Amino acid sequence: MTVMNYRKAICEGIARAMRRDDCVVFLGEDVAAAGGAFKSTVGILEEFGPVRVRDTPIAEQAIIGAAMGAAMTGLRPIAEIMFSDFLAICWDGVANEIAKSRYMTAGQLQSPLVIRVHNGAGLGFGAQHSQSLENMAMMTPGLKVVAPSTPADVVGLMATAVDDDDPVVVFEHKALFDVKQDVPDGDHRVPFGQARQVRAGSDVSVVALAAMVPVAEAAAAELGSRGISCEILDLRTLYPLDMDTVLASVSKTSLLVIVEENPRPCGWGAEVSSIVAERALFELDGPIVRVAGEPVPIPFAAPLEAAAIPDPARVVAAVESLM
Amino acid sequence: MSAEVSTNRLRAWHLAMLEIREFESRVMDLFTRNLVRGTTHLAIGQEAVAVGSAGVLRDGDKTLCTYRGHHHCLARGMDAYAGMAEILGRSDGCCGGRGGSMHLTDTSKGLYGAYAIVGAQIPIAVGCAWSSQVRGTDEVTTVFFGDGTTPIGAFHEGVGLAATWKLPVVFICENNLYSEYSPIHTVVPVINAAADRASGYAIPGMVVDGNDVVLVHEVVGAAVERARAGEGPSIVEAKTYRHGGHSRADPATYRPAEEVAEWMSRDPIDAVAKLLIERGVTTSELERLQADVVERYDEIVERALAAPEPSVEELFDNTYAS
Repeated sequence: MTVMNYRKAICEGIARAMRRDDCVVFLGEDVAAAGGAFKSTVGILEEFGPVRVRDTPIAEQAIIGAAMGAAMTGLRPIAEIMFSDFLAICWDGVANEIAKSRYMTAGQLQSPLVIRVHNGAGLGFGAQHSQSLENMAMMTPGLKVVAPSTPADVVGLMATAVDDDDPVVVFEHKALFDVKQDVPDGDHRVPFGQARQVRAGSDVSVVALAAMVPVAEAAAAELGSRGISCEILDLRTLYPLDMDTVLASVSKTSLLVIVEENPRPCGWGAEVSSIVAERALFELDGPIVRVAGEPVPIPFAAPLEAAAIPDPARVVAAVESLM
Repeated sequence: MSAEVSTNRLRAWHLAMLEIREFESRVMDLFTRNLVRGTTHLAIGQEAVAVGSAGVLRDGDKTLCTYRGHHHCLARGMDAYAGMAEILGRSDGCCGGRGGSMHLTDTSKGLYGAYAIVGAQIPIAVGCAWSSQVRGTDEVTTVFFGDGTTPIGAFHEGVGLAATWKLPVVFICENNLYSEYSPIHTVVPVINAAADRASGYAIPGMVVDGNDVVLVHEVVGAAVERARAGEGPSIVEAKTYRHGGHSRADPATYRPAEEVAEWMSRDPIDAVAKLLIERGVTTSELERLQADVVERYDEIVERALAAPEPSVEELFDNTYAS
């Protein structure tokens, strides 16, 4: 075990993948010589050299296209898009080309690649550098969607992502970068489609993702002091989606609260909610409650930004509304 | 310059162009009989660009093209039956009927996709070339696009990255004078839609008569050899003309009659036939060749029409690897 923060875990995950497999290459804006806009890739260039690690121009369509072309012809690229908001610039490459090419060519073209993006709000970056956009990838058949909440998962999910033969979009939450944790040494892997039980409980199931996991944990601590026992599940991946674990938890607690950072309309929580309603409605003792981001662009000013995304108090209130 | 090309080679090119034209004519015929779904974009009149370019490539070289790409696929050796069956949505198609007319693909022939979003293929081709560089091979990637692609961002991002990283890729513009329905000169500020942009990326930009298969072969050949030698990318702009409209619904009435007549008189297949006759090939031999091609395509179309459609049980196949 080695203690490291989420930022260092990003670097560790990339380095381990590049050590394991010479076909892994890494490209993006300022990722090499500068070590990344968030300093999350410091040392990668020095260890693996300028053939496998490349700074690109500010040209997201070129980055995504280059990654796809390289993946189709034998490499396993990791491409960084500096902010998830910038996916909008290259979404043709991600959604029309990378996601669909295997299907459209009956498996002839494959894109075993990883797209890493810095995602999420909470740091005062304003409306164009703060979105939570996992849903855009989740609604696109052909993509796998990963959003780690802990340093150990950052490393373990990256190992799985790089080895996966499908394209994977990894949403790294920038508000979690200073979170520290023990990370297993060696070949640590976290499989896709396995939610993590963050905390066992008996009164209510709370399903969360990425930065909403610690929000749910803070709420659960407060609720525990009020005698309410929360079971927290971290989905880790939205595709594949581990509904078995969610349904098992709901059948135990009979109540479900979903905590998601993105604006509520069409959020992943709506999908989770609808599956639970279809498959376990009569095991529920109350309505499914979604605590979600507000349907506004993420504001700049601190009190406004805080009001736009879920916090522990809102989760506490949602759970108490069911009691 | 045609003196340097052997008669056998001219014969092979002539046959390849005849086959493409027959293929495209059959697609048009099937379409008008309502046997092809969706849309099609034919390359009748542009055969010399495909045949001249494909002739300079080796096994291992990659080619990416657009939704107007049947000619490129055939020129690089795609089985005509697999292509026709794909366009008819049959399970024997090169993509099992999942792609259709705009997405003919056969990686075993170096065909790494036909892309239906304008410009999308350019950065992807650059990635193929980057991969060749990283893997230490001398493979070259050729990527085709129309004149209407030159204003889109992906074109500039892709060319810029390839030039900066000196990647082994040749960008080949088929300038058929129209950006879909608009004359290209009304939508770009330069005379040569693609080649004139090359100086901005510090790479060579060449203009060639795209209806002259010999010249196309020579100019693309030089660009490919440059790329193979590690000297970086080039842009080749081949001036050509589509005999028909942009897609199936377009009668192309926006084109001046004199312009159409002039380009029709410069048919790329007629031009090669003329060269062959100058070298002593007889008209009757050429007529027999044409008859053979027609007969072969009668059989290809008949087989493709009789082939089964994909089973609905296979709906989800290849959405994911796992």
